[in-house]
Amino acid sequence: MKAAVLVFPGINRERDMARTLRLVSGQAPSMVWHAERKLPAGTDLVVVPGGFSYGDYLRCGAIAARSPIMDAVRAFAAKGGLVLGVCNGFQILCESGLLPGVLMRNENLRFICRDVFLKVERSDTPFTRGYNAGQVIRVPVAHGEGNYIADGETIARLEGEGRVIFRYSSPDGMIDPDWNHNGAINAIAGIANDRGNVLGMMPHPENHVEADIGSTDGRGLFAGLAKQLGAAA
Amino acid sequence: MLANNVKITPELVAEHGLKPDEYQRILDLIGREPTLTELGIFSAMWNEHCSYKSSKVHLRGLPTKAPWVIQGPGENAGVIDIGDGLACVFKMESHNHPSYIEPYQGAATGVGGILRDVFTMGARPIACLNALSFGAPEHPKTRHLVSGVVAGIGGYGNSFGVPTVAGSVRFHRRYDGNILVNAMAVGLAEKDKIFYAAASGVGMPIVYLGSKTGRDGIHGASMASAEFDDKSDEKRPTVQVGDPFSEKLLLEACLEIMAKDCVIAIQDMGAAGLTSSATEMGAKGNLGVTLDLDKVPCREEGMTAYEMMLSESQERMLMVLKPEKEKEAEAIFRKWGLDFAVVGETTPSMRFIVKHHGEVMADLPIKELGDSAPEYKRPFVSLEKPAAIDAGAIEPPGTIADALERLVATPDLCSKRWVWEQYDHIIGGNTVQRPGGDAAVVRVLDGPKALALTTDVTPRYCEANPFEGGKQAVAECWRNLTAVGATPLAITDNLNFGNPERPEIMGQFVGCVRGIAEACKALDFPVVSGNVSLYNETNGKAILPTPSIGGVGVIADFKKSATLAFKKEGEAILVIGETTGWLGQSIYLREICAREEGAPPPVDLIEERENGEFVRSLIVDGAATAAHDLSDGGLLVALAEMAMASGIGASLDAAPDDVPAHAYWFGEDQARYIVTVPVQAVDLVMARARKASVLVSRIGTTGGDKLAIKDQRALAVSDLNERSERWLPTYMAGRD
Repeated sequence: MKAAVLVFPGINRERDMARTLRLVSGQAPSMVWHAERKLPAGTDLVVVPGGFSYGDYLRCGAIAARSPIMDAVRAFAAKGGLVLGVCNGFQILCESGLLPGVLMRNENLRFICRDVFLKVERSDTPFTRGYNAGQVIRVPVAHGEGNYIADGETIARLEGEGRVIFRYSSPDGMIDPDWNHNGAINAIAGIANDRGNVLGMMPHPENHVEADIGSTDGRGLFAGLAKQLGAAA
Repeated sequence: MLANNVKITPELVAEHGLKPDEYQRILDLIGREPTLTELGIFSAMWNEHCSYKSSKVHLRGLPTKAPWVIQGPGENAGVIDIGDGLACVFKMESHNHPSYIEPYQGAATGVGGILRDVFTMGARPIACLNALSFGAPEHPKTRHLVSGVVAGIGGYGNSFGVPTVAGSVRFHRRYDGNILVNAMAVGLAEKDKIFYAAASGVGMPIVYLGSKTGRDGIHGASMASAEFDDKSDEKRPTVQVGDPFSEKLLLEACLEIMAKDCVIAIQDMGAAGLTSSATEMGAKGNLGVTLDLDKVPCREEGMTAYEMMLSESQERMLMVLKPEKEKEAEAIFRKWGLDFAVVGETTPSMRFIVKHHGEVMADLPIKELGDSAPEYKRPFVSLEKPAAIDAGAIEPPGTIADALERLVATPDLCSKRWVWEQYDHIIGGNTVQRPGGDAAVVRVLDGPKALALTTDVTPRYCEANPFEGGKQAVAECWRNLTAVGATPLAITDNLNFGNPERPEIMGQFVGCVRGIAEACKALDFPVVSGNVSLYNETNGKAILPTPSIGGVGVIADFKKSATLAFKKEGEAILVIGETTGWLGQSIYLREICAREEGAPPPVDLIEERENGEFVRSLIVDGAATAAHDLSDGGLLVALAEMAMASGIGASLDAAPDDVPAHAYWFGEDQARYIVTVPVQAVDLVMARARKASVLVSRIGTTGGDKLAIKDQRALAVSDLNERSERWLPTYMAGRD
């Protein structure tokens, strides 16, 4: 696995992401500055980490989406390269046109940091091979704007094509407004693009990979990627 | 030639917060009338906030040394050795006055300022804490202030990217007109790579880094050195505006140039901005400084020398760089999109010279600016201390169960989840224990070492007996660190009081500081940094004396830290320490009987130490399965917290015959803990306790889903939890 973690000014979970990738895959990722125009040769996974790129002073992710490196990421994705966006990374992928929809302020209009339960809808994607379909995992969220929305037609397509990969759920996998902390439509926590090689999600699996620091429920995502990409390399 | 085109009148002197005798001191020092810019510089340097003129003489009594202390008070932050070549850098500071005037920005810049203090010394911030005191819930401004302050703390810390892991929130009518926002930051550095403010070398370029200078925050430090009145809201322009994005860039840029060995000296621009940072760098290095204000990056056109010297615009730094590394450093700053300008140089003259448009606007002796600040031995009186109240004279509640139901839902004891869920408390991937426990536990790098962090003070004790209250604040901090299994190392103190010109307030200050000193000495728990905030009063009404204590402890293996949640059913519940049923100044007395009376519980520091060391040994050995410190609300509230954290209930023996039941369950005797151990380990633990001369009694057994005292109505843990969780969100939603 040869991962590249993008670094935009104001991003702040790049170190968490890099540590998790190293911990799970045994290989440290390259850290790629936003002003670069090319990804490192041989990159097989691009990760857009969480944080507050450009302070989120404009719409979240809107400025980062226009960085020089994002042209390279769009080209990489167009060739089928794997792209993972987490939290601000998800917002950036939406703003770059790599994923549909947008993330609005949380329903209660406050920042929320807590553990949530996610139902893994599919295990046959490059990002979820480490899980079973229907499995419920516990991972943290930390965001003020995670309330996913898109127009009705887009939502129908996402649902129809099985592109909703993670949903907020109860601990036993029920989809219930009481367990949807940010009010996202259809409790959507993570979606894939139409080719299935770009995933965006609000929760932070990278913060739950050790038993004594939260849980190991986030590990499956990275272990699945490492297994697949490690074998290919 | 000095450009002096403004006549300095007594009115102008008074507007700068300088007393006539202080102005005379200036005249004697410089031998002429100061320019307006100079008057501004003096007012910035000699106000209470920057000069500690009322407190200095008493602060000298605090113990500041220990073999593990690398840097005590006097720098941007304190530094302690935590082993493995690493140092922990930390400090707590108040942003009380600005947070009352403009809660979001006031609190946000409080967080920004304390983070800057920590990374200025070369440390990457790994945690923030905050101790908040608000007015009575029913006061018309309280909800607005809570909402703004919490959003401001979260808004800054979350964006900057530091986990906010612990803190405290209290409500009392005495904070109605003066809330307290005390922010603490903790950072990690290599022990031999700590950076300091002292400049060295003549003719070295002084570099300005970070955000541009604007007109915000002018006279902020002076505002923080005065009382409020009904017109305080008019002071909004003296509050700074925070930009966490710029601060994050500044952090990364500073750590990068420090790693490249470019830096000789560094000082952040906090209170009194450019004035304070430039004079401090020079004075500490025995050098003069000349500044050319034409080079200072400004946000607005037409700023005067006076405005530039007094601006408290945020996210700015001053540095002396190694001349051969200047280009490299500049390239790093440009990469991060930050301003970089050479604005002056060090000189052999020992003068602080400020030039603007080719004219000298200030020419002052640099050492004396700080060293000759007035120092007061203000008169102080100790008020008569309230007598101890006999527990038998305090009315019992309807039932013990009724009282517990009410207590867990009171503003001070209820769950603060509504607050800490707005703070990112997990970023960094090292938060072992999240908010809600006795202390937060944060892993150091990849472990196994961890730091335990907490803030504590019980203001009602400090008011009733400043000396005992000061002792108690330190003891409780030490106890909270102990209860997670940490060895307490050092504290930062943030001393919040009213107007020191009133002898009774000064008496509170002196008493608390003496109590803090006594406890720190007895517990080997030195003070390495701190901040004094005086004049916390409005229209002559002062806050409760509130010396917030921020403590740091170390845990050898984070996997062995203890949490307060019951772990499984059928375990023995043990109380460590003596329960006499002390109800004076207790939460029970205040919340159930509506009385704020009596003497606070005395603190026996020898017993604290013995009991704490015993509990720590049980945790480190793995004998204790859960541990919790006893404080506000006493034994039964602590048991309820352990039950609520786990969902597991307990059966409890009845109170002993020699103590009234309500005093036994809700008394606030000090030096106590609860631990749980497997039943088969009880005899062994008792034997160990006898050997250590520590008092231990078994009071019950975990199990079931109810908290059940013998012969009392049993309470469902889920119901208690519901009550505890409900109060704050309901209050903040504006519902009854």
